[in-house]
Amino acid sequence: MKGAMFNIDNGYLEGLCRGFKTGILTQNDYLNLVQCETIEDLKLHLAGTDYGNFLANEPSPISVSTLDDKLREKVVAEFVHMRCHAVEPLSTFLDFITYSYMIDNIVLLITGALHQRPLQELLPKCHPLGSFEQMEAIHIATTPAELYNAVLVDTPLAPFFVDCISEADLDEMNVELIRNTLYKAYLEAFYDFCTQKLGGETAEVMCEILAFEADRRALIITINSFDTELTKEDRARLFPKCGKLYPDGLAALARADDYEQVRSVAEYYAEYQALFAGAGNNPEEKTLEDRFFEYEVKLNVNAFLRQFHYGVFYAYLKLKEQECRNIVWIAECVAQRHRAKIDNYIPIL
Amino acid sequence: MYVGRYVGGVVAVTSVSAITIIVLYYILTGQGERIDIGWFLTETSPYMWATLGAGLSVALSVVGAALGIHTTGVSIVGGGVKAPRIKTKNLISVIFCEAVAIYGLITAIVLAGLIESFNQVQAESMYEHKGRNWMSGYLMFFAGVTVGLVNLVCGICVGIVGSGAALADAANPALFVKILIVEIFGSAIGLFGLIVGIYMTSKVKMGDKD
Repeated sequence: MKGAMFNIDNGYLEGLCRGFKTGILTQNDYLNLVQCETIEDLKLHLAGTDYGNFLANEPSPISVSTLDDKLREKVVAEFVHMRCHAVEPLSTFLDFITYSYMIDNIVLLITGALHQRPLQELLPKCHPLGSFEQMEAIHIATTPAELYNAVLVDTPLAPFFVDCISEADLDEMNVELIRNTLYKAYLEAFYDFCTQKLGGETAEVMCEILAFEADRRALIITINSFDTELTKEDRARLFPKCGKLYPDGLAALARADDYEQVRSVAEYYAEYQALFAGAGNNPEEKTLEDRFFEYEVKLNVNAFLRQFHYGVFYAYLKLKEQECRNIVWIAECVAQRHRAKIDNYIPIL
Repeated sequence: MYVGRYVGGVVAVTSVSAITIIVLYYILTGQGERIDIGWFLTETSPYMWATLGAGLSVALSVVGAALGIHTTGVSIVGGGVKAPRIKTKNLISVIFCEAVAIYGLITAIVLAGLIESFNQVQAESMYEHKGRNWMSGYLMFFAGVTVGLVNLVCGICVGIVGSGAALADAANPALFVKILIVEIFGSAIGLFGLIVGIYMTSKVKMGDKD
């Protein structure tokens, strides 16, 4: 019955999204791509996949950044198409997905403004999913309070920003703090939206993914904060509280002083223990970041194993993003003739 | 999800308050004996029960079939955007849902054919005669309700499986036949209702003759 009710509003879009998902490159496609000698070869192979002749109008030689832009353009077009057809509450869900790109754009623009870069140079670098009207006014802000009052108050991000207003001024360190505080508020709000407003299968699937996202952020923040001026109290305030690490794991992370202690915290959680066990900085080992990406891909692929929930839209966008990263990585390796690491992409199975 | 809860709440509140008002009205006006289920059952006409049965059997079945076709249809449309080959094959899911409506239609036609006119005055005077006609009315009502409810649920079931079948076929054509078997068994449960309904009507004997 719930399935029938779900399909009344969202059946078409779910079918469409799953259709898009079948266009994601397979292992065979990757095997072909890594054999390429030049970017032109790469373009030829991609033309045989779901991407079609998306590079047809580009003058050769094609640079890696053009490739990246075009790949992104295609995902964005698909996502915007689905957003335009969505009705409540799916439309809010899809909007929530775009908020994370908005946060990235804001941080990009503020950092650019700090380094006196012209706005025209920065705007094309912003993610199109996260663009909003007030974006161009962002460089006038010099303190977080100004940023909030002049720019963010009319955007959907306003409720997330309330925690950052107290920061004194915008410098390199505070921008990072703002990014992480915004992300924390965003993840918690998204988590609450999924559990409280949506419920059902959507909550079950999305909680798994968002909890991992929150825990990954907490672990990465902790590891990156060693040997910086960030105090332990400030660090603890940046941890999103919707993951599996909350509350005991986060308390232990807040006390951690080096990588080994973080690792020992992760030992208590079966999923994360496995990720840390296979990670390292030696050439034959994968980095912790890659292990996290692999696990994220696994969770996102699992989202497609269930029907009648919104998680597929989130999972599709994240998988497509990972695919773009993979193709760009392969293209970089091909362009720089640095084939030793070409196999370090994250396979999407 | 919200709509279901909202409609359910409205229906529950309205029916409870309506019943309360009627009961209070009868009690407070000194007509408390009117709240009598036995009186209601013996005084209502068998024609009403018989026609209600015929109507409900086809109406509920059609609601089930419609929900099923909608569930399946939107998934075929959505999945068909990137994999147009699924559209012809998956019409079979729509046909399975359609069959559910036909079960209800068959029952309704059978029930309508069994309705005969009888002499009300003669029935009131002869207890046996009255009992036969009244029993026929109830049998036809509940045969219709049985078929209707079974097919309502069956239609939803076939629709959800059909939706999965369409999406699975779009992702991997090898899965279609396997899920089709699930769908056939889902469709078969509608037949159970039809069989029981028809069997119930075999006892129906309306009219003046024995």
